[in-house]
Amino acid sequence: MSTQSIQSSLPLESAPMRSGFPMHIAVFLAPAVIVYSVFSIYPLIDTIRLSFYAGDQSGVRHFAGWDNFRTLLADPAWSGQFWNALRNNLMFFAIHMVVQNGIGLGLAMLLSLPRLTGGSIYRTLIFLPTMLSVVIIGFIWQLILNPLWGIAPSLLKAVGLGSLFGPWLGQESTALVTVSLISVWQFVGIPMMLIYAALINIPDDLLDAATVDGAGPFSVFWFVRLPLILPTLGVVSILTFVANFNAFDLIYAVKGALAGPNFSTDILGTFFYRTFFGYQLQVGSPTMGATVATAMLVVILIGVMIYLFGVQRRLQRHAF
Amino acid sequence: MNRVDTKAFMKRAGRFLATVSVAVSALAFAQAASAQTLTIESWRNDDADVWNNQIIPAFNKKYPNIKVQFKADPPTEYNAALNARLAGGTAGDLITCRPFDASLDLFKKGQLTSVNDVKGIENFSDVARSAWSTDDGKTTFCMPMASVIHGFIYNKAIFDELKLTPPKTMAEFHALLDKIKSDGNYTPIAMGTADQWEAATMGFQNIGVNYWKGEEGRKALIEGKQKLTDPAYVETFKELASWAPYMGDGYKSQKYPDTQNLFTLGRAAIYPAGSWDIPIFRKQADFEFDAFAPPVPDASGKCYISDHTDIALGINAKSKNIEAAKTFLSWIASSEFADIYANALPGFFPLSKEKVTVKDPVAAKFVGWRDTCESSIRNSYQILSRGTPNLENELWNVSAQVINGTMKSDEAAKKVEDGLASWYEPHKK
Repeated sequence: MSTQSIQSSLPLESAPMRSGFPMHIAVFLAPAVIVYSVFSIYPLIDTIRLSFYAGDQSGVRHFAGWDNFRTLLADPAWSGQFWNALRNNLMFFAIHMVVQNGIGLGLAMLLSLPRLTGGSIYRTLIFLPTMLSVVIIGFIWQLILNPLWGIAPSLLKAVGLGSLFGPWLGQESTALVTVSLISVWQFVGIPMMLIYAALINIPDDLLDAATVDGAGPFSVFWFVRLPLILPTLGVVSILTFVANFNAFDLIYAVKGALAGPNFSTDILGTFFYRTFFGYQLQVGSPTMGATVATAMLVVILIGVMIYLFGVQRRLQRHAF
Repeated sequence: MNRVDTKAFMKRAGRFLATVSVAVSALAFAQAASAQTLTIESWRNDDADVWNNQIIPAFNKKYPNIKVQFKADPPTEYNAALNARLAGGTAGDLITCRPFDASLDLFKKGQLTSVNDVKGIENFSDVARSAWSTDDGKTTFCMPMASVIHGFIYNKAIFDELKLTPPKTMAEFHALLDKIKSDGNYTPIAMGTADQWEAATMGFQNIGVNYWKGEEGRKALIEGKQKLTDPAYVETFKELASWAPYMGDGYKSQKYPDTQNLFTLGRAAIYPAGSWDIPIFRKQADFEFDAFAPPVPDASGKCYISDHTDIALGINAKSKNIEAAKTFLSWIASSEFADIYANALPGFFPLSKEKVTVKDPVAAKFVGWRDTCESSIRNSYQILSRGTPNLENELWNVSAQVINGTMKSDEAAKKVEDGLASWYEPHKK
């Protein structure tokens, strides 16, 4: 073979370089692999390992098998809290899916109107809260909704609807919805931007062709634009899902780690915080906390798998 | 690389090197200096000024060779941050101790040393030491510093305007509340349930001691002779529930700072208080305020107050300056420290047996109740919050619910008793 003849004519020391492991691939992959392993994969695996251990009073840890998981799922003192947090988290997610992504889609449609003036101003304004710190968002909304000196009660009174106002953040029935809507208000800019980017990517020819064929605005949306942005909606959904099941900060900022009243705003993130770090007289337990974290990982994994195998693979992509 | 880039790079590298060398020398210097420097870990970041400007200088007048550094974290982050630093071996020499299990836990892990042999520990009573002693009471691991007392602070201007006198009994208290309410200009009780702990601490623990008769009830609860479903506790919840109509609009989402503002703005007449509120009110309220002790259910019996052991100082077992740390702790036990602390921070009352004069009149009134009433600590703190669910967090939850009207008083009592009985042997029978 010709390669062999070339090889044999080359100096000896360069030969192993060619036939051996392709070093350049390893070198190029190394930064990402190292950073990802050290800061993501190792902590993840160690968390899972820790969830199988239990600590005693002197802080010594011993292997405990599935005990922690049994406690989490079967002991009423733990499982009640866990299922409550999971239920609340699902509710939190549902509100985001319907309200945040629904409004995000609507806003994106409005922004992509061809004759809209000042579009970039709206875009910036709506996206602005996303860039603010959660602590500030929590603080502002607590002030707005404050029954003593908030602007919400006086605004409602000014239009004669004062009786509609309630201490929404303090009632068991309304607290979770209120906190969810605050979070929706903050993050609505993200689905809006993603969907807007997908919408302006659709060539005008397609829309014009549909119009010429006699489709009204509604049909154009339903049969032309929506199918074309479905992959983006899928990405938005999965981003919302992962962000919601990892959420913690807003609830902690507004309602504290005890997520009151009566744990009605408790989600997996706050439940994990209380378990891991402890709260007031509750002494934190790193092993039990790792168990909760592992359970959260499983929940998120299940959700992502459903999306991956149930939705992602059926999506059709269109290139223009 | 072109010339400009090279120049910028060299400049940057030079700057970086300079920073590193400064940092290294600073580190080396810190290491050398640490031989006689004590660092205090604390959650009282509000008190940093008092420590730096009054307490530490006073200590250095006597012991000029020991340098002391006060380092505080925000209260909510303290436990987590401290645990991480203790585990990593970077914690300070002196550890500010939370009462009971949080500190007991550290002692059991060998992170705090015993202070039984530190001079000055004999200045403290058993009750004062109980919060930082092992369950058998033999070993004390933190030097007690201060306690906080519950009571009611009232707006004197409003009381004068409506011609009211501070109540002694619960009946008088309710008559008073009705009068303020019918006048209509002021919120009778400044309290909210959004933070939950207010309802449990300023409410349940504040008035409850009179119902369960202080230490007697608290000990009976630990021994299992009393249950939380007993009349004393149900009555306390019932009393709390009756406060709801007197509280501010939307009290369900009113937080602690809202409550403080409501009172200091002169819009509320009575504030169920912890004595730690006094320094803040001194700064913010421009009217005169005074205090009355928690009203008793019936006038014939004794009165009790919640005089809660709250803060102490212990020694990090891994500290390199244990001797210096012990010297500092003995000084903490002296009347000199007690005097400075009590007057720099009115509302934190020294626990030592020596007599301390509190100059702030309202704080003096609080501490004066120690002579007329019997002191007790919060009943959920010792032992009873050790398991899951822990009693303290449960009390927050149900106290807030009782006031919010989402739970009846006997349901609340049953819930906390069931929670306790699920893991605490003496309550299982």
